[in-house]
Amino acid sequence: MKLHKSIHILFVLLFTKTISAQEVDLFAIKDEKVEDITTAAFKSSRVINGQSIENVGVGVLDFKILHRFGNINQGAYNLFGLDQASMRMGLDYGVNKRMMVGVGRSTFEKQFDGFVKYKIIQQQTGLREIPLSLSLASTIIYKSLKDDPAAAYLSYTSDKISFAHQLIMARKFNDYFTLQFTPTLVHYNLIANSTLPNDFKSLGISFRQRVSKRVNLTGEYFYRIDKLNGYNDPLTLGLDIETGGHVFQLHVTNATGMTERTFINETAGSWSNGDIRFGFNITRAFTLKKPKVLKNID
Amino acid sequence: MKKITFLLLSFVFIQFATAQKVYSTKAGQLVFDATGEAVKIVAVNNQVDSKFVETTGQIIFGVLIKSFRFENQLMEDHFNENYMESTKYPKADFKGYITNIKEVAFAKDGSYPIQVDGVLTLHGVSNKISVKGILSIQNGVPNIKGDFKIPIKQYAIKGSYIGDKIAETATVKLNCKY
Repeated sequence: MKLHKSIHILFVLLFTKTISAQEVDLFAIKDEKVEDITTAAFKSSRVINGQSIENVGVGVLDFKILHRFGNINQGAYNLFGLDQASMRMGLDYGVNKRMMVGVGRSTFEKQFDGFVKYKIIQQQTGLREIPLSLSLASTIIYKSLKDDPAAAYLSYTSDKISFAHQLIMARKFNDYFTLQFTPTLVHYNLIANSTLPNDFKSLGISFRQRVSKRVNLTGEYFYRIDKLNGYNDPLTLGLDIETGGHVFQLHVTNATGMTERTFINETAGSWSNGDIRFGFNITRAFTLKKPKVLKNID
Repeated sequence: MKKITFLLLSFVFIQFATAQKVYSTKAGQLVFDATGEAVKIVAVNNQVDSKFVETTGQIIFGVLIKSFRFENQLMEDHFNENYMESTKYPKADFKGYITNIKEVAFAKDGSYPIQVDGVLTLHGVSNKISVKGILSIQNGVPNIKGDFKIPIKQYAIKGSYIGDKIAETATVKLNCKY
């Protein structure tokens, strides 16, 4: 019996030792994996003319002016195109983390347009590894330019409407480089002649390459699978310059229009003829709805 | 039967004697303010991860740089990409000790000034810091509050706006309920 007791005590002592040796050391705790969503693949919600994978922030109203001059090859008389201008004024709004909406008015054909862009999949690391982001953008374009009253066919309102649907796939490889593919379908409610299709497919390829902390080189090209005769593929090269409050986008392009239907399918200018023009996008963001977490701070 | 009781009792006793109570939270709040000359630069992080040991005073804090929320999306992007380089350095953490933990009576309600010494790692740079705070106990729940200053350049964070539009020293307010 006595022996038993001493064994017990020994056992208890031993056990105490091992437990107290397991002192909690917070410094030794390994980091848990957390969701890390890739952000800022592009600096703006537009690469240049086309939609980028990015949305404007939640509760942010973004006033965008897209401005294009005339063709450079018109020479000094037209100050290399600077005498002419085509523009689109628009308002974009971030509804929630995934959805943004926007409306715009272009001088070209007095077009009105509205779009919805929705993030389906977000590139992320950590908890889940998703290598690319996927968004859907749908645009409706209304040409409000009046018909010539002498024309043989006076069009209905619906005839002046066209649509563009885009699947945006982008991967931000690192802080320096992002690549985006944009399969696009443009639908015309009315097309000039019956031999032409109403649907036009194309594939957009865009990139962003960081040059310095505040300057990014961007490019955008749409390969038209279905072509309207007499038009060219649009190619645009630009610079995104970031200042404290906004992004200033400068570029050269052969496209005139700034709605999907127009710049993808109806770009008349050709780079080889020098039909290129300067353009810029300026944005001004207004925070309409502060993030909730910021509301309780002073 | 007696033996078993004895054994059980001893286990229980051991547990009591050596268990180190660890308090933890994943929802602490950190308010960051680097307002310079004109524009308000304020961000909030409501996902501060913190743990501390009652007996030793050992304490850790961890935040994801990307979970700071700014009023302006662009500012948030700049903060991540240009200044904090959050892809390269996704986390900031603090590891240290509450040096006067023995003065805190966890069993009753009260408020105690605490001294916390340790190492802050931010943007890949580690610096020793010493911070004063308040640890209050209410219904057995500790709450740590404190604010401290971060001289931005000490952490190799660069940018021409620092010292102009962005303050040279950022103020950080911490509030963790465990």
